[in-house]
Amino acid sequence: MGKPTRVTNCIRALRFAAGEMTQADLADKVGVTRQTIIAIEQGRYSPTLEMAFQIARVFRVPLDDVFDYPKEG
Amino acid sequence: MPFEEKMTWVSVVVTVLVPVWYFLTVLGRLQSTTAAEIAWQRPMITAIVATVVLSIIGAIVMAIGTSVSAEIRGRKPADDIDRKDERDKTIGRRGDLIGYYVASAGMVGVLVLTMLEYEYFWIASALYLSFVVATVVSSVVKLVAYHRGF
Repeated sequence: MGKPTRVTNCIRALRFAAGEMTQADLADKVGVTRQTIIAIEQGRYSPTLEMAFQIARVFRVPLDDVFDYPKEG
Repeated sequence: MPFEEKMTWVSVVVTVLVPVWYFLTVLGRLQSTTAAEIAWQRPMITAIVATVVLSIIGAIVMAIGTSVSAEIRGRKPADDIDRKDERDKTIGRRGDLIGYYVASAGMVGVLVLTMLEYEYFWIASALYLSFVVATVVSSVVKLVAYHRGF
């Protein structure tokens, strides 16, 4: 089993900024299961580029404002 | 829990319980008869049919349970049952790939038994065991991926 993703995100903060949107609401808007949103928030799953764009579009922010990929070392 | 994960649990339970019954039944017969004379065909067919039937029943029970649970939480049942997203598919592919490798290794073992001209009983049982182990390993890989991430 590979290591969980190094991609970090601030979906949780963005959800609260967007009127305390629930994980289920975000899942409905993106068309995925709530468990997938939870896995992404907890860094257990790195979404595809397409899903990442869909999430960013829900919050109406650029991709960089949602996801980050920290430098090594 | 995603519906696909529930289905994986159904697969694990059915794929473990039915073969355990099969092997207990046929291996028990070995005490009173030889491998060449053992009647393994009927138990194996029963086990295979039981696996299919129990999996269908398990899927129906899970779907009903998920629907009831969704109604209680005020969600549309279809949202939970029909929604198989990219993560489910990736996990499914990952588990199936590992299962394929396990089944392939098992086939090599079956090939060796055949070359050594073992009784049909041992060859058929090894073949069945290969599929069983491959399915269980595949399901376990999926469940670990659901919980630990990847």
